[in-house]
Amino acid sequence: MKFAVIVFPGSNCDLDMYHAVKDVLGEEAEYVFHTETSLEGFDGVLLPGGFSYGDYLRCGSIAQFSPIMAEVKRFAEEGRPVLGVCNGFQVLVEAGLLPGVLMRNRDLKFMCKTVDLVVENNETMFTSEYAAQETIRVPIAHGEGNYYCDDATLAALKANGQIAFTYKENPNGSVENIAGITNEAGNVLGMMPHPERAVEALLGGEDGKRLFTSIVKWGARHVTYN
Amino acid sequence: MKKVNVYVTLRESVLDPQGVAVKGGLEHLGFAGVESVRIGKVIELQVADDTTENMVKEMCEKLLVNTVIENYEIEMGVLA
Repeated sequence: MKFAVIVFPGSNCDLDMYHAVKDVLGEEAEYVFHTETSLEGFDGVLLPGGFSYGDYLRCGSIAQFSPIMAEVKRFAEEGRPVLGVCNGFQVLVEAGLLPGVLMRNRDLKFMCKTVDLVVENNETMFTSEYAAQETIRVPIAHGEGNYYCDDATLAALKANGQIAFTYKENPNGSVENIAGITNEAGNVLGMMPHPERAVEALLGGEDGKRLFTSIVKWGARHVTYN
Repeated sequence: MKKVNVYVTLRESVLDPQGVAVKGGLEHLGFAGVESVRIGKVIELQVADDTTENMVKEMCEKLLVNTVIENYEIEMGVLA
């Protein structure tokens, strides 16, 4: 599978994302700068963490108008995998590809630690390699990861199985301990924790790796190579 | 050119942890009777004279405001 790692001004987890899919999984990956307008030839899109456009105005609010984002939206509408981690998640909600919003952490602190996540839905293209309700250890590193949505949206997320991951212990005040959600179609995942930083035992754990192998497995069934 | 102010505030239903912390700070300083503190922002725009309130509204809806958690008020034609 060939992954596009989108690079915004201020992205800083793009190298980690690239390393995870290219070096650890052995898949193809390329950096795609925010000024590009085509995702031709790519099978998956990865929006990395960081502080795109300095988090000015609101996190992710300006990145959504980068030239590449129109193409990311088109790509998502075609049902192909789009993963946004941390700032990437914030960009996806601001772009309207995922519902809700990420607010300042409840305790106003930037939190940087490894946390326990529960896999709430293991029937998505991102989570099929996990067991249902499995607990995994993945690092978080964010100041604005406090997920919020109105009650109607929350009910819809639950009804459609869109809650992919929850925190075992809520670090940031997110409603219903939400750590990651998908869109209704299930091909866009946004999450605050960093699976790309948990792909090697040397770096503290491998629990994030199966998220990427899930995508690759999905790709093997659905992506046709020319 | 004319000046436009956009006042952005958090919706009532949304908890404002920043406001709660500032309220605690005020109480700590001895200011009694502060019922609540909520923090918003003012965005000052300088726009062409023919800019309408509807155009500013569109700016708000598309970029300046996240209407999931924020409300806004537009004040047109404030003199600099």
